[in-house]
Amino acid sequence: MSASAEATVLITHEVGLHARPSVKFTKLAKRFSAEVEVALAANGPWLDAKSIVKVMAAKAPKGTVLHIRARGDGAGEAVGALVELVRRDFDEGVDHARTA
Amino acid sequence: MPEPLRLQGISASAGYAEGPLFNLDPVVARYGRKATAADERLALETAIKAATGRLATLIEATKGDAADILEFQLAMLDDDALTGPAFAAIAAGQPADVAWRQALDAEIVGYETSDQDYFRARAADMRDIRDQVLRALTEDSDPAAPAGAIFYGEDIAPTRFLETDWSSGGGIALKAGSAASHVAMLARSRGVPMVVGLGAVGLGASPAHLAGVALLDAEHGGIILAPSRAEVEGFRRLSSSFAARRDRAKTFLARPAVTKAGTAVRVQVNIADPSDVDNIDVSTCDGVGLMRTEFLFGTTLPDEETQYRAYRKVLEWAKGRPVTIRTVDAGGDKPVPGFTVAETNPFLGLRGIRLSLAKPEVFRLQIRALLRAAVHGNLKVMFPMVAVRDEYEHAAALFAEEQAALTARGVAQKMPPLGIMVEVPSVAIAPEAFTEVAFFSIGSNDLTQYVMAAARDNALVAHLNSIRHPAVLRLIASVAAFGRVQRIPVSLCGDAGGDPAAIPALIEAGLRDLSVVPAQLAMAKAAIADVSI
Repeated sequence: MSASAEATVLITHEVGLHARPSVKFTKLAKRFSAEVEVALAANGPWLDAKSIVKVMAAKAPKGTVLHIRARGDGAGEAVGALVELVRRDFDEGVDHARTA
Repeated sequence: MPEPLRLQGISASAGYAEGPLFNLDPVVARYGRKATAADERLALETAIKAATGRLATLIEATKGDAADILEFQLAMLDDDALTGPAFAAIAAGQPADVAWRQALDAEIVGYETSDQDYFRARAADMRDIRDQVLRALTEDSDPAAPAGAIFYGEDIAPTRFLETDWSSGGGIALKAGSAASHVAMLARSRGVPMVVGLGAVGLGASPAHLAGVALLDAEHGGIILAPSRAEVEGFRRLSSSFAARRDRAKTFLARPAVTKAGTAVRVQVNIADPSDVDNIDVSTCDGVGLMRTEFLFGTTLPDEETQYRAYRKVLEWAKGRPVTIRTVDAGGDKPVPGFTVAETNPFLGLRGIRLSLAKPEVFRLQIRALLRAAVHGNLKVMFPMVAVRDEYEHAAALFAEEQAALTARGVAQKMPPLGIMVEVPSVAIAPEAFTEVAFFSIGSNDLTQYVMAAARDNALVAHLNSIRHPAVLRLIASVAAFGRVQRIPVSLCGDAGGDPAAIPALIEAGLRDLSVVPAQLAMAKAAIADVSI
């Protein structure tokens, strides 16, 4: 019996899902054994949320609605934790947002 | 002994270095092919492990922004999605070096072709990752540079910069490169001399020149190869005077700037991002002479709330000192997807106030954010690239309209004094068209490039792009004189304001208000103290 969960969250970080936030995002995703995926649209394409190569390649700018879904053990917790991270602006205030 | 050879580039981090040259550009190292695909696979695994270990060690010794760059590289190397295609190619019969290079180049292209500046800039990190593994793979033990070496080449990788021990001197001289790169920022914060834009040939002109000691003058952006004895002596004098000036400058930071004759000069700071003020003691400057707003327009058009918060933060930090915010100066060399237009000659095209007036829906948003932020401090607003009075009047009318709309909605707001940048020669030559503006701020970078018809980002014409040309100084003096007669404040916010070599001429031209990048604050004040006007 396998759990699954799905949610959406708005990226408010100034330069989007860039290097530093991507590192935090994928590190957090890896803490869960569930299979976690992200997409920029409800109908995909879905990308492995534990791969920084894939997450960076999405080039999600500020204002993007990020779709997150998980399947397997701890799916609900994984989606909840990732949504929270994006909501907290990856624990970086506007003060640390840089364009270069 | 060959004849001395002088090359001119652009200073990215001021300072002096005398030392042997060290070639950064990777010599194509030979990779010994292995007998089986399994051995090729093992070779790549070992190389990736070596590069990972090296990064991890480096992270231990690093902090702040630099550590973030390395963490990102480490996470990339750790990702099967990056390494997978290379291992698949090995299984299909490719040697490890070819497989790795192809896999990484495919990723790098994706970054290089991004329409977002931010992602394009990451291509340098990806190349750094590629080359670290290639070096480990070819057992090219990354030849150590001699102590105090001047690194030269196409560009320098962030890891190379961070791994180098700069305590015994040394510097960087690049063919290409950019003063805005991560490495340039690190170089400035650590006081490592760096020159960029030495041109396509760079230092590679003749092998005889590369054998000896070179003199890197990163205060003026030049380098001398095979210097004569007289040149070495002159260089050492400049170098020790620079060190003395820098040490002495520190004692000026906390004091107001005054010339030898007792003339007070206001020194404000230029900032490009609200977080820039976090490291500045507000009591060491007279305010913010230029706050750029392009950072807000990095990847997407910013909403009113984001702008309002950014402006308010700086106004509150300034504790009543003036903060001059420039409305967005996109276009030219600062394209913004979805806002600027593609042009064949962008420096002479739809940029600055021209673009804002052409896209009033974007401009009105910024105006509302500014009007609302104005209640939180001493705000002044200026328009970039104004060429004719009509542009100023049009922009001021939009401010009045938005103020009326906010008032009608009962939103707290305040009309700031509205001034203009003096950077288009038409304004500098005929300022009498602008008697109603609240202030003038001379943008010396653009004014110089337009008067001299020499792009400031083109190393080939860098020698023409000089603020000290009499034509530029005469225009500055005439604007300063016009301001005095009309009682319109005049300041200057270009790079020249913080250049100790240009400061005497600017004060002589009648300026008493300069705005400089925070790192130059102390040196600028010290240079002012030497002026006898």
